[in-house]
Amino acid sequence: MRDTAGTQAKPVRMERPRSQWRDVWDQFKTHKGALVGMTVLALLVAFVVIGPFVWHEEKLTTTQTYLNKNKPPSLTYPLGTDHLGRDFFLRMMEGGRVSIAVGLVAMTISIFIGTTVGMLSGFFKRLDGPLMRLTDLFLSLPLLPLLLVMVMLFRDALARIFGPELGTFVLIVIAIGVTSWMPAARIVRGEVLALKEREFVLAARSLGTPNRRLILRHVLPNVVSPVMVAATLDIASAIITESALSFLGLGFPPDFPTWGRLLFDGLSYMQQYPERVIWPGLAISLTVLAVNYIGDGLRDALDPRIRGR
Amino acid sequence: MLTYIIRRLLLAIPTLLLISLVIFFLVDLAPGSPASEIPLTVPAEVRAKILESMGVNDPVYVRYLLWLKQFVWVEPLNLFDHWFGTTYAEGQQRIISYQTRGPVFDIIGQRIPQTLTVIGTAYLVGVLIAIPIGIYSAYRQYSWFDQAGTFVAMVGFSVPTFFTGVLLIVIFAVKLQWFPSIYDTTLKVTDWASFMKQVKQMVMPVTVLALFNAATLSRYMRSSMLENLGQDYVRTARAKGMSERTVVLRHVLRNSLIPVVTVIALGIPGIFGGAIITEQVFKINGLGAALIGAIHANDLPTVQTLAFIFAVLIVTFNLIADALYGLLDPRIRYA
Repeated sequence: MRDTAGTQAKPVRMERPRSQWRDVWDQFKTHKGALVGMTVLALLVAFVVIGPFVWHEEKLTTTQTYLNKNKPPSLTYPLGTDHLGRDFFLRMMEGGRVSIAVGLVAMTISIFIGTTVGMLSGFFKRLDGPLMRLTDLFLSLPLLPLLLVMVMLFRDALARIFGPELGTFVLIVIAIGVTSWMPAARIVRGEVLALKEREFVLAARSLGTPNRRLILRHVLPNVVSPVMVAATLDIASAIITESALSFLGLGFPPDFPTWGRLLFDGLSYMQQYPERVIWPGLAISLTVLAVNYIGDGLRDALDPRIRGR
Repeated sequence: MLTYIIRRLLLAIPTLLLISLVIFFLVDLAPGSPASEIPLTVPAEVRAKILESMGVNDPVYVRYLLWLKQFVWVEPLNLFDHWFGTTYAEGQQRIISYQTRGPVFDIIGQRIPQTLTVIGTAYLVGVLIAIPIGIYSAYRQYSWFDQAGTFVAMVGFSVPTFFTGVLLIVIFAVKLQWFPSIYDTTLKVTDWASFMKQVKQMVMPVTVLALFNAATLSRYMRSSMLENLGQDYVRTARAKGMSERTVVLRHVLRNSLIPVVTVIALGIPGIFGGAIITEQVFKINGLGAALIGAIHANDLPTVQTLAFIFAVLIVTFNLIADALYGLLDPRIRYA
């Protein structure tokens, strides 16, 4: 692969160094599903992030809003209005912001915990036993029931501290993060156990590198690829979990749209206005599908055994 | 092998104890009071007595130990009495729900059949769909069937069950009116007509769960088949002049099923969790619905008991999966 790339370019610069990430991107580009997924995700993110700035809702009085309810799709309201006369198109954008934000933040928390636990248990033999038992314990917990219980328990307490919206956000993000770090921890531990025995770690150690720097400078950069794949899949599962919680009525407060919440609200009007269920459901499914395809492509691209073949 | 199973069983006890601790104390933190279910017209001193009799005022470790004793000793004893007509458990206090003031296990007994019929059928259907698809996808790798299978599987586990369920309701219950959207738990199957009714109301929830399970299972089946198809013994079998049918269905399939069987066993507790959502979509009055109802009503004993039952299921099936793996695959030796 390197040869053909070199001969196609100018023959003088045959020894042009290629970075690892360039190789990864070249391999990633060959995965059609991943590319489509990436485009779809980019469009969806643009829709929810830029959308609300471009798409301004008209300011209406209460009476006008009331008369405006349950409108069919039109040029002013591309997806119609809901039972309180709100623009459903705008609600989809705002809901998507929250859903995607939940996915990203929950993923960050879960990957942070997972990498820390995995790194510690892989690197320090003494911690391995207890930490892996902890991981097993978490894997044996019935997660969905516990998530529901956690939301029920701490919703009011956190709402008092952060306000109802931010409180629920913090709670849901932490709850999802705390219950989904186990696969990442296992993956990282496995990688670290193998890396620890490699020569470069031995070399660094014999130079007197302290453990902290050994972990951060030498081992951590080498576990980035599997962690990235796990992170992508975590975003997808976090979005699904959040919508499931909202769907069960234990998610965000009614006035605060997320895709899951919109779907839940739409259920009561399913017979007359089925599109109110379908749009948010479609948005969730598309996002998750896109993220999963990206994860698939990343897995192939980051695997040095497949790359370059 | 036997020593391995015994050791795992012994190890499961502290795990379960720890899980029960986590569940009990987490749920016990709940802000709602058990008094909220008592009508306000009840005088204060009577209310205090009711709470006293419910044992709410005891310190938390007393309640935990009592609950644990009831869960592992009194309730199984009650089940034994119920089956064999004995009276060993007479006079022993059972786990009482705040909502119904009846034993929690009576509620569970009433709810289990619904959950098992729907989920059991769905899982069975899922497995029956997934295995042939997996076999054929692997046998004709990269064919259009395989590509389509990969795509459908990806969609299958990306689309959440609450959306597929709602979509099916919109199409088949609202627009076409083929199936009822709400599961009728009171329906008794007595004759052909009521049996057809039961089948009709099961079609949608079973489809939703079966598709979701089949999506992941068919992928496992495919990769396991692919791994085996490239092995030397397959070439040998072909060289001996065996028919493709024998090679694939007898030699390769048998070996490929080993990891898949353990995945199937591992997935069983997971579907109980996933069924919480499906039961909510189709209004099936099963265990998941009982859990959601109990959470909304602050019914702590029911929540604790149900959550712990889910945990017991997970630990049990993990053990079964590991034991099965050892039993089926002679290469695996547990020391």
